[in-house]
Amino acid sequence: MSRFFTSSIGRKYAMALSALFLMFFLLQHFAINILSVFSPNAFNEASHFMGTFWAVQYLLQPVLLFGVIYHFVMGFILEIKNRNARVVKYAKNNGAANSSWMSRNMIFSGLAILAFLVLHFIDFWIPEINTKYIQGDMSGLLADGEGYRYYEELTHKFVNPLRVGAYIVAFVFLSLHLMHGFSSAFQSSGVSSMRKEKLQKFGKAYAIIIPLGFILIALFHHFNH
Amino acid sequence: MSVLDSKVPKGPLKDKWTEYKNHIDLVNPANKRNIDVIVIGTGLAGGSACATLAELGYNVKAFAYQDSPRRAHSIAAQGGINAAKNYQGDGDSTYRLFYDTVKGGDYRSREANVYRLAEVSANIIDQCVAQGVPFARDYGGLLDNRSFGGVLVSRTFYAKGQTGQQLLLGAYSAMNRQIARGKITMHNRHEMLDVVKVDGKARGIIARNLVTGEIERHSAHAVVVASGGYGNVYFLSTNAMGSNATAAWKIHKKGAFFANPCYTQIHPTCIPRSGDYQSKLTLMSESLRNDGRIWVPKNIEDVKAIREGKKKPTDLSEEERDYYLERRYPAFGNLVPRDVASRAAKERCDAGYGVNATGEAVYLDFKSAIERYGKEQAKIQGITNASAQKIYDLGKDIVEAKYGNLFQMYEKIVDENPYETPMMIYPATHYTMGGVWVDYNLMTTVEGLYCIGEANFSDHGANRLGASALMQGLADGYFVLPYTIGNYLSKDIRTGKIPTDSPEFDAAEKEVKDKIDFFINNKGQNSVDYYHKKLGKIMWEKCGMSRNAEGLKQAMTEIKALREDFWKNVKVPGNASEMNPELEKAGRVADFLELGELFAKDALVREESCGGHFREESVELDGEQKGEAKRNDKDFAFVSAWEYKGEPADAVLHKEELEFNDIELKQRSYK
Amino acid sequence: MNLTLKIWRQKDSKTKGQMVDYKVTDISEHMSFLEMMDVLNEQLINAGEEPVAFDHDCREGICGMCSMYINGEAHGPDRGVTTCQLHMRMFKDGDTITIEPFRAKAFPVIKDLVVDRSSFDRIQHAGGYISVNTSGNTQDANAIPISKHAADEAMDAATCIGCGACVATCKNSSAMLFVGAKVSQYALLPQGQVEATDRVKNMVAQMDLEGFGNCSNTGACEIECPKGISLENIARMNRELLKATFKG
Repeated sequence: MSRFFTSSIGRKYAMALSALFLMFFLLQHFAINILSVFSPNAFNEASHFMGTFWAVQYLLQPVLLFGVIYHFVMGFILEIKNRNARVVKYAKNNGAANSSWMSRNMIFSGLAILAFLVLHFIDFWIPEINTKYIQGDMSGLLADGEGYRYYEELTHKFVNPLRVGAYIVAFVFLSLHLMHGFSSAFQSSGVSSMRKEKLQKFGKAYAIIIPLGFILIALFHHFNH
Repeated sequence: MSVLDSKVPKGPLKDKWTEYKNHIDLVNPANKRNIDVIVIGTGLAGGSACATLAELGYNVKAFAYQDSPRRAHSIAAQGGINAAKNYQGDGDSTYRLFYDTVKGGDYRSREANVYRLAEVSANIIDQCVAQGVPFARDYGGLLDNRSFGGVLVSRTFYAKGQTGQQLLLGAYSAMNRQIARGKITMHNRHEMLDVVKVDGKARGIIARNLVTGEIERHSAHAVVVASGGYGNVYFLSTNAMGSNATAAWKIHKKGAFFANPCYTQIHPTCIPRSGDYQSKLTLMSESLRNDGRIWVPKNIEDVKAIREGKKKPTDLSEEERDYYLERRYPAFGNLVPRDVASRAAKERCDAGYGVNATGEAVYLDFKSAIERYGKEQAKIQGITNASAQKIYDLGKDIVEAKYGNLFQMYEKIVDENPYETPMMIYPATHYTMGGVWVDYNLMTTVEGLYCIGEANFSDHGANRLGASALMQGLADGYFVLPYTIGNYLSKDIRTGKIPTDSPEFDAAEKEVKDKIDFFINNKGQNSVDYYHKKLGKIMWEKCGMSRNAEGLKQAMTEIKALREDFWKNVKVPGNASEMNPELEKAGRVADFLELGELFAKDALVREESCGGHFREESVELDGEQKGEAKRNDKDFAFVSAWEYKGEPADAVLHKEELEFNDIELKQRSYK
Repeated sequence: MNLTLKIWRQKDSKTKGQMVDYKVTDISEHMSFLEMMDVLNEQLINAGEEPVAFDHDCREGICGMCSMYINGEAHGPDRGVTTCQLHMRMFKDGDTITIEPFRAKAFPVIKDLVVDRSSFDRIQHAGGYISVNTSGNTQDANAIPISKHAADEAMDAATCIGCGACVATCKNSSAMLFVGAKVSQYALLPQGQVEATDRVKNMVAQMDLEGFGNCSNTGACEIECPKGISLENIARMNRELLKATFKG
C-alpha cells in the first residue's frame, strides 16, 4: 500500500480523492452561503451549527485542512516532477492543438485559488478561530448580544469593492480549475473515462454553476448593503 | 548426386515430421545453459525463434537494426494468417492447406517442408491466442475466419487489418519475457556485417553498433539468420526503408547457397507511384479485389483526356471501359492470383492505357459493388422504389464497414475520395520467395548456420499465397527451428564458449572495417540513393513482372557496370564512429548490386514461366490458354541453388530436383 | 512549394544541440513529409554537409519508428497519422516548419532527430507479456470463448505502435497512454487476467523508474496518437492498479 501512494498513479489517486472531497466541501459551503441571500436567519442557524458542532469542528475541519494542504502540496510536487520529466523544452509547442488551456494550466489556476484562500483565511477563518478558541466566545452572538453575528460579518466583508473584485477573479479561476478538475478526478480515480459525455456535461455544469453562484452571492451583498 | 542434400526424412509424408522429431538428438537442459545461439532479425521468424530457443534454455543473442524488436517489418502485414483449423467446418484439412500451398507456389516448393508447415499451422493459432493476440471473433466469442487469396475455404485468422502487427507483438512479448529472465540479450540498433566461420562451422558474427559505430565480435555455437526478404533490390517496394539483404548476402558469400532469387512476388493492389521522389510503395489488402472491379479506358483518347484532366473516370460509360481481367479470365475475373493480376495490369499500361501522369496505374472501381450492396440492403430493409441516392447511401455503408480503413488510408495518401472516384492501383514488389537455400532442418549449406522466414527459400515455391508468409515465419521460429537446431547443437555440448580472439574473427573484422573505411574515405560524387534508384530501375524494367532473355542479359551487364561505378564514385558523408545512416545504406546497396545480378542470371537460366517468374518466351502458343504462362516440369522442376564464386556472373548452379509423390502436377488455369 | 525548415541538429548524446535553418525548393504537395526530408538530405549530401539523421522504417504508419515533433505537434498537424504518413499538402508555399526530436528525459536524443526509446522496451520487459511457454501445446484456441466486445476493445488497445507520440506530446512527458494500452489489452482478455496483479504493479513501477512524468489528464496524448488509443485505457490502468494494491 505504501508503494502505491508513492507511485505516479497513486499520487494521482490521492490528488483525485482530495479533489473529490474538496468539491464536495465546496458544494456544502455553497449551500450554506446561498441561504444568506434568501434568509439571513437560516444562514445564521446553519453557520452556528457548523461552527460549533463538535464533529464538524474536531473531525471534518482537520480533514478539510489536511485535504486543502495535501492538494496544494502534492500539486506542487507533481508539477515539479512533471517539469523535470522534460529537461530540454520544445522550441515550438502547439499545446492548443490538442488540449484545453484549463488542463494545461492547473498549476496557475491553482495558485490563484491559493492566493485567494490566504485572503479568505485572513478574512474569515482566522478571526473565527480567534473568537472561538482564543477569546473563548462560543456563543456566536453579536457584541451587543442581539442575534447571531455570522450574517453581519458576511455582509460587512462585501462592502469593499476591491475585495469583491478579488473574490470574483478568484472564482473565475476556480471555475477554470474545475472545468478540467472535475472530470479529471473521475478519470484519475479510475471511476470513469473523462471522455464520457455525461461526465463532461455534469463537470462543466458544476464548474460554472458553483463559482458563478458564489460570485452572485458576493455581488448581491455588495449592492444590497 | 547433387552436393545438395535436402535431408528430408524417409517415410510417408504425413508422418515425416512426427517421426523425425521422435528420433532426433536432444540437448540436456544443463547443457543448454552452456550453448549460445545468435539470431539475426527479430521479425516473426527471428522473434519467435529467439523466444522458443531462450525458453528451451539456450543463451540467445538477438540482433535488430531497428531500435526495438517490435519494429521489424513483419508488423506491416495486413491480411491474416492461414491455419488448417477447419473451425468453419468447410472441409479444410492439413492436406488441403498443403495442397493449396504447393499448387499456389506453382509446384516449385519442397513437398515435405510444405506439409510440415501445414501441420504446425494449427499450433500457431493456439499459441498466439494463449499469448493474448486479439484475433477477430464472432458474436459467440469464437475465432472468426475469412477466405483469402482466392482459396476455396475460410482458413484465414485476422486481427482487423493489422494481423502482422498483432502476431509480431505477440512474439515480441514472448521475447520480453525471456529478456526479463536474462535468457535473451537484445542488441538493438546493431547490424550484422559478416558471419564468422571456424573449421567450416558458423561460430559468430561481426556486427556494427549503429549508434556508436563500434565494430563488435559476437560468438555462438550456431547462427540463425532471419533477416527477411530482398524486395528492396527494386528500390521501390512495399518493404520498409531499412529492409535489406545484407545478412543473407554475407552468408551467401561465406558459403551458403542462394536459391531461386528470381522468384519475386509483385503484388497487384498497391498505391501507384506519384513522382520520382517516391521512397516506398504502400500495399492495400488484396481483399479489395473481392468487391472492386479493375479497368482501364477502352479508347486511348479517353486515357489522354484523363491524364490531361479533361475527363474524369466517372465520365466514362460502361461501354467505354475495359474490364480487362473479366475479359481475359471469365472464370476468376478480378480474383485471379496475384501474379496474373499484376502482369495483366502491366500489359495494359505498357500498351499505353495507364491512367495517371506516370502511365502506371489502373482503376479499381467500387461503383458496382456499392450499387449491388445498396440494392441488396434496400430489399432487406423492404424499401421499394428506392432512389439512386438511397441505394448509393445504403451500399456505401456496407463498403465502408468492409473496407473503411483501407479507403481512409488511400485518401490520406492520394487525397482522393475512393467512394466518389475509382481508386488507382499498380503492382509493386512485395515478397521474395527466393532466398538462402536450406535443408529440411532449415540449415544452410554452411554447418551451424540456419536461415528462417522470408530470408530462406523453402516453402512458397515460385509464388506465395495470401496469408501464408506470417504462417511460415512463425512456424519456422516457434515450432521447427528450435527442434532441428537441437539435433545439431547436441554435438556441441563439450565445445565450451567460442573465443572471439581467433584469427577467423580477426580476418572477418578486418574485412568489415576495410569496407567501412573505403566508404568513408572514398571521394565520390554520387549519393548511395543515386545508385539504389538506378539499380531499382534496371530491376523493375528487366527483371520485373515479365522477363526475356535479351533483357536479362542486358540487366546483368548494366548491373555489373553500375556496381563498378558504385565502387568508384559513391559518396558517403560523415564518419564511421558515429550514427551514420548513409554508411548503413551504402553497405546494403553494395550487396543489392551483387544480388541483382545473380537475380537476373537466375531468371535467365530458368527458361520457363512459373509463379511470379514470367518468361515471355515460355507461353502457351494456342488453345484457350494462348498467351498465358507455360511451366516446364520436364526441364525445370528443380530448385536453383547458387554457389558464390566471386563475381555474381560466375556463380555456380546446383540443382535440387523436386519430387512430387503426394500431389499431381497440373498447369494452372484461370480462364 | 518552397519552404524554410528549422531543424534540431545535435551531433550525439553528449554534445549540445541547436536549431539550424535550411531551405528546400520545389517540394511537391504529393510528397510525404519524410520524402521532403529525403530531398533535403540529398541536397545536403551533394553540398558536402552531413544529412539530418531521423528514425524511419516502414513508411506506412505501422512500425512506430518515425518520431518528429513538427510545428509543435507530435507527427505534425494532421490527425491519425505518423510522420511518414503526413503529406506536404498540409503545408503552404513559403511556410516555416519547425522540426524537433521527441523530447522527454526518458527519451534522450541520440543524434539530430533520433531519440532513444528503449525505456518503452524496459517497461514491456517488466510485465508486457503473458507467461505462457511457446511449445504450441497450449489448449485449443477456441477453448475459452471471448466476447466480441472484449476482443475488439483489447484489439483497439493493442494497436499501439509504441512510437512515443503520447510522451512527446504530454506536457508532463507521461507514458501512461502507452502503458495503459498494454495493461488494458491483457486486462480485457481472460488469458491476461491470471497475471494482472503483478503485471500492472511492475509495469507502473518501471514506468516511474524511467523518469516519465505523471498524467494530468489533458488528453493531448489521445488526440496526437496516430492510432487513436483511447484515454479510457488510462482510467482502466488506474483501476487495475488500485485493484492490484488491494489484492496485495
